[in-house]
Amino acid sequence: MTEILQYEFMQNAFWAGLLAAIACGIIGTYVIVKRMVFISGGIAHASFGGIGIGYFMGINPIIGALVFTIASALGMGALVRRTRLAEDTAIGIFWSIGMALGIIFIALTPGYAPDLFSYLFGNILTVPASDLLLMVVLDAVIILAVSLLYKEFTAFSFDEEFGRVMGLPVERLYLTLLCLIALTVVLMIRIVGIILIIALLTIPAAMARRFTSNLKKMMMLAVGLGIGFTFGGLWLSYAVDLPSGATIILVGGGVFLITLGFLKLQSRRREARNA
Amino acid sequence: MAQPVVLEIEDLWVKYDGTVVLEAVNLSLYHRDFLGIIGPNGGGKTTLLRTVLGLIDPDRGRVRVMGKPSSDVNVRGLIGYVPQYSLFDRDFPVNVRDVVLMGRLGAKRLFHNYRPADIDAAQKALKSVDMLEYQDRQIGRLSGGQQQRVFVARALVGEPKLLLLDEPMASVDTAMQEGFYQLLARLKKEMTIVIVSHDISAVSIYVDKIACLNRRLFYHGTKEISADDLEAAYQCPIQMIAHGVPHRVLKKHGDR
Repeated sequence: MTEILQYEFMQNAFWAGLLAAIACGIIGTYVIVKRMVFISGGIAHASFGGIGIGYFMGINPIIGALVFTIASALGMGALVRRTRLAEDTAIGIFWSIGMALGIIFIALTPGYAPDLFSYLFGNILTVPASDLLLMVVLDAVIILAVSLLYKEFTAFSFDEEFGRVMGLPVERLYLTLLCLIALTVVLMIRIVGIILIIALLTIPAAMARRFTSNLKKMMMLAVGLGIGFTFGGLWLSYAVDLPSGATIILVGGGVFLITLGFLKLQSRRREARNA
Repeated sequence: MAQPVVLEIEDLWVKYDGTVVLEAVNLSLYHRDFLGIIGPNGGGKTTLLRTVLGLIDPDRGRVRVMGKPSSDVNVRGLIGYVPQYSLFDRDFPVNVRDVVLMGRLGAKRLFHNYRPADIDAAQKALKSVDMLEYQDRQIGRLSGGQQQRVFVARALVGEPKLLLLDEPMASVDTAMQEGFYQLLARLKKEMTIVIVSHDISAVSIYVDKIACLNRRLFYHGTKEISADDLEAAYQCPIQMIAHGVPHRVLKKHGDR
C-alpha cells in the first residue's frame, strides 16, 4: 500500500476518495431513510447536461455541472411539489433531458471532447488538485448545512405531514436537501462517474442502517464504510489494473451483499435456537 | 360561558376540485370542551381538522384558534394533532424520545439544537401516556397501540390548548381503548379536545358533546343528537346506524 502512495496522482486519489465518502455518508443517509434514491439518480444523470455546457463554454466541466445540477435539482423539486405530475414521471423527464442536453452541447463543441469517458464512468486517478479544493468546499457546505438543520431534516424525513403541522418550511427543506444531493453528485463525478454515483450514495448508508438505529451513528458509519470501499477499490484497481470507479462500486456492492447474507444467516440461526 | 373560546369556526366552506367538502360549518369550542365528531367516511372529518390546522385554506369563512387565524404560524404551537395514519417508515432509524421531540419543532426554532427543557418536556409527555420506559426504543419496534400513545405524547409535548385526534381508535386494540379514554379524561382537565370518528360507539360514551358531520355540521352544544340529525348526516335510516349505540345518545329520540 505504501509504495503506491509515492505518486502524487495516487495521493490525490486517496484524498478525493476520502472527501467523496464524507459527503456520501451524510447525504446518502437521508437518501436512504427518506427514500430518495430515484430522484438522486435523476439529479446525477441530469448533471451530464452541465458537463456538456462546461465543454461548450470552454470552462471546467465540473463548474458547469455544479451550476446545472443545482438548477435541475431545484427544477425537479418544483415539478414534483407544485404540479400534479407523479414524482417518478417528473424525475424521468429531467433525467433524460439533462443527459440529452449534455450530448447536444458536446456535439456542438468543436473538436474532440477529451476525457468525456471519465465523467461518465469516473477516473479517480485523474483528479487535479484544483478539484480537490472544490471538493473540500462542497464537503464543508454539506457538513455545515446538515449540522444546522439536522433536527428539521430528520423530522421532515420521518413524517413530512407532521412537520407541516408544526409550521416547518417543508418545501424549502425539501429543496435544500435536493441541493445538497446535487452538491454530493458533483463531488462524486470525478470519482465514480455520473452513471455509478447512485451506488456510492446508497450502498454505504444502506449497509450502515443494518448496524444501527441511530441516524447520527448511521451517518458516521456510512462515512467510514465509504472510505473503506473507495480505498479498497482504489487499491484493488491498482493491483489488478482495472477501472477504478467500477472496482470501487463492486467492492462496496460485494461487501454489502456478503454482509446481508451473513446477517440473514445469523438471524436464522438465532430463530432456530429460540425455536 | 365564563370559559374562553378556544376554537371558533364561522361559516366555513371548503372545496376540493370544485366539489364542496365542507358547507357552512359553524362551531365554537371553549376551554375544557370534549367534543366527538361523528360522520360517515368521506364526510369531511379529516378535512375539517386539516383546515383547523391551517393545512387547507378555506374557500369562505374563517377559523380562529385562541383568537388567531389558523393561517398564523403562531397558531401551530397551540394545537396538538394526532393523525389517523402516520405515514412513516417503520424502519426509520429514530427512537421514541426523538419522535416526541419533533412536537417541539417550529419555524422560529430553525438552526437551534433541542434544549434540556425540550428533553424534560418530552419525557414528561411520555410519562403521561405511560411510555417513558420505551424512550430509547426504535419507533418501529412498538405495537400499533404503543405507537399511537407516542404520537399522542408528540402532540402533547408542545403544551397545546387544543388537541385534535383523527380516528384514534383505529390502531388501538380493544383491550387498550379503556386506558386510552382514561388518558383523554385526564387530559380534558387541561385542554379542549376534539376527537373524530366514523364509529359512533367508539366516541359516544366518553365525550361530553357530540356533533355529526357530513359536509354540514350538526351540533347543538350538547351530547344529545337527534335522530333527524343522524339521518341527515348519514343519509340512511336510523335503525341501521343505531346498532351498538349506547342508549343515552339517542334518549331524546322522541322528545322533539
